Amino acid sequence: MLGEGILKGLAETAKNFAGSFVSAERMTTVEYPEERIAPIEAARVFPFLVYDGTDWESGMRCVACQICEKECPPKCIYIEKSKDKKPDAIGKPQFYPAKFDVDIAVCMSCQICVEVCPFEAIKMDTEFELSTDDRFGGLLLDREELSKSNEYYHQIHPTEAAVVDARLTEGRAKADAKTTAAAITGAIRGAEIPKRPAEGGD
Amino acid sequence: MSLSGLEKEKDRPEGWNRPRLIEPDGEGELLEIAMGPHHPSTHGGFRMDVALDGERVIRLKPVFGYLHRNHEKIAEGIGYLGSMPYTDRLDYICSLTNNWAYALAVEKLTGQEVPERAEYLRVILGELTRVQNHASSIGFLIQEMGASGTPLMYAFREREKILDLFEGLTGSRMMCNYMRFGGCRVDAPEAWLTAARKVVAGLPGFVDEVDRLLTGNEILMARTQGVGVLPPELAVNAGVTGPMLRASGVNYDIRKVDHYGIYDRFNFRVPLGDHWDVYDRYMIRMLEMRESISILEQALKDIPAGPVMDAKAKIRGFRPKPGEAYGRIEAPKGELGFYLISDGGPNPYRYRVRPPSLINLTVLEDMCLGSDVADVVLIFGSVDIVLGEVDR
Amino acid sequence: MKTIEEIKAAIEAAVPGAGVEVVPNASPSGQHSLRLEPSHAFEVAKFLRDDAELALDFLSNATGVDWPDKEVTEKVKVKRLVTKTVDGVEQSAEETVEESRKRVEPGCLEVVYHLFSMAKKHGPVVLRMKTVNRTDNVELPSLTPVWRSAELQEREIFDLFGIVFTGHPDLRRLLMWDAFKDHPMRRDYVDPDDYEYEPTAHEQVLARAAAHTAGEQIAGASAGAIPGGGQEGIGGK
Repeated sequence: MLGEGILKGLAETAKNFAGSFVSAERMTTVEYPEERIAPIEAARVFPFLVYDGTDWESGMRCVACQICEKECPPKCIYIEKSKDKKPDAIGKPQFYPAKFDVDIAVCMSCQICVEVCPFEAIKMDTEFELSTDDRFGGLLLDREELSKSNEYYHQIHPTEAAVVDARLTEGRAKADAKTTAAAITGAIRGAEIPKRPAEGGD
Repeated sequence: MSLSGLEKEKDRPEGWNRPRLIEPDGEGELLEIAMGPHHPSTHGGFRMDVALDGERVIRLKPVFGYLHRNHEKIAEGIGYLGSMPYTDRLDYICSLTNNWAYALAVEKLTGQEVPERAEYLRVILGELTRVQNHASSIGFLIQEMGASGTPLMYAFREREKILDLFEGLTGSRMMCNYMRFGGCRVDAPEAWLTAARKVVAGLPGFVDEVDRLLTGNEILMARTQGVGVLPPELAVNAGVTGPMLRASGVNYDIRKVDHYGIYDRFNFRVPLGDHWDVYDRYMIRMLEMRESISILEQALKDIPAGPVMDAKAKIRGFRPKPGEAYGRIEAPKGELGFYLISDGGPNPYRYRVRPPSLINLTVLEDMCLGSDVADVVLIFGSVDIVLGEVDR
Repeated sequence: MKTIEEIKAAIEAAVPGAGVEVVPNASPSGQHSLRLEPSHAFEVAKFLRDDAELALDFLSNATGVDWPDKEVTEKVKVKRLVTKTVDGVEQSAEETVEESRKRVEPGCLEVVYHLFSMAKKHGPVVLRMKTVNRTDNVELPSLTPVWRSAELQEREIFDLFGIVFTGHPDLRRLLMWDAFKDHPMRRDYVDPDDYEYEPTAHEQVLARAAAHTAGEQIAGASAGAIPGGGQEGIGGK
């Protein structure tokens, strides 16, 4: 019969029309901003810098090795290395970024900076409400604005942060064992404690 | 386009495989119109310069480049890994298959192995991508026919579920940037696989629904059957690939031909068309969705535990040895290939994308000649292109 | 499928004087290629398509590669007549001296085709052709009459690399606009400095934008806002 297909189709739309009022599973609209969906752990928006402890400046993990700046595909990261060294979270003297800017107008949220960082210093934030009326200054984040605590990192990416912390603790334990061993050998020989070579990329 | 400039096209060289040339009937004036770049059916910046004799199309010249950003040049200036997020932006509906094709080409260049679990994840994500691409391309095709909204919204409702899966695993709905040379970036937790199984279990119902809604629809049949016929000889000669080629009755699916990844392990069929028209292209996409769902069910059942990255894979300081490789996969739109030449440096010396969307458009004029101008939109929609990939 | 050597032999048997050369590929992909003589390329292509055993009916990918002029420093052993004074007597003797010389290897443009067979389901067979140089002799025969799929791809190569395909039915620019002069995929292509670039924190970009604005002598604070704003941004808060 001509028109049978159309009638079948109309029956389908009628069923869907009715279903969208009845079935709870179909009512998926979330009234943002009053309502929000549950945060997604894997979400990535823009990068931030992790610091340990309470003070962002002294606890910053970044040692300004500039690998992320080099690898960033759209080149949105700008780093200036410090002239002096300052002790990091475990008391080892390290360089630090005198300047660390991320232009989030250029950033494409690809997460490559996170993957290449050997120090677990840069991670992806989930904050997305960043609109501003200052197109140039407001979207260029400096190191203070980028710094977020490790606790915050645990809050937004709990699983990933736990893995990272375990890896860092293991690394520190290894480094401590090495230093202790070196100190013992050094003491036996009566020599100075050799410094650990500065960590770096490849 | 000026008609006078096209007159010389009558003298085509020998071997020029063009089935027919339409001549104006000599009555009335010819009309030249530019369809696009702002025409809503072009899905982006694309123009067709059409010459009409009444309602009949007698010439059609596609004009490209509105979205050109020289992706290949950008890729030659950054490292191998740095191009991965840019491949997401080629065919932005199917970023995961783009990732896969690029990763496959680099793995051919370096000879890296991919762990089994990563291969399964690639197949799962690739087939999910195929389902959502075909669903939305059918929705767009029907929308271009004039059925504003309804079928497209049905398709998008299902696509939304798949995009939520992508977001849960890769962190982004469309710009997934998930695959790496020698595996995948992160492992899929068990909860994600459970969610994926749930979504896949709902997909056959969705395909049945679209089937009931559209397949037997008399208006759809009247508009699409016998329109935009593409004979198989021309399709092969013009390098048309993907559902377009199979709708022309050519049995060529790279998943079956190249046996890349682990497609050998799955049981699936390759649907073929026998009328070579727009309706066949619609049907092929419907049937391919069913086959993809069957692959998904098998893959989600069999996925083994294990690592998802090759232990020897390097993230920093990645420098393949000098040489070249061409890797290709069956992307939802056709054969997506990457051709890479390495000179031993950190950046590729030459990086080339073989875009299925662009090459499938080679035959656009052939399909449109002689048909009504209203069907041009339909034929163009049945090619299923994304301008991000056409213009790169 | 036949090996690359067998294909070469088959071509040479079918097209006498074809001058096919095997280009080995060191990578694990093992995709070796055949370099064709441009003057015979058309017949070879037709043979590859129509041969019953090869049946390479599907040209998948066509692309260009730019090989710019390369300066090579090499050590050459040169025999030279050296005059020495031994015991007050001048003597001439031949000596071998090692000299380092600089030589310019002329560059060329290359086009690469990847062929597959849909009938026999094998491939790829890679074909390459080279132009004589990169400036005035950049013509190559078009393979579009053999495989239609080269139509848009050869137009793209013409557009981005500047290889002129003789016998192409419709050789126009594909992606760039018709009035555009240069070929952007060539390796010596220089970006124009007059496009509006998002101000990033990178100094080079900012300096370039500032230099360009200064060169144009745009007066007023609003006109200078784009690069200037970025520079203030760099200074930080």
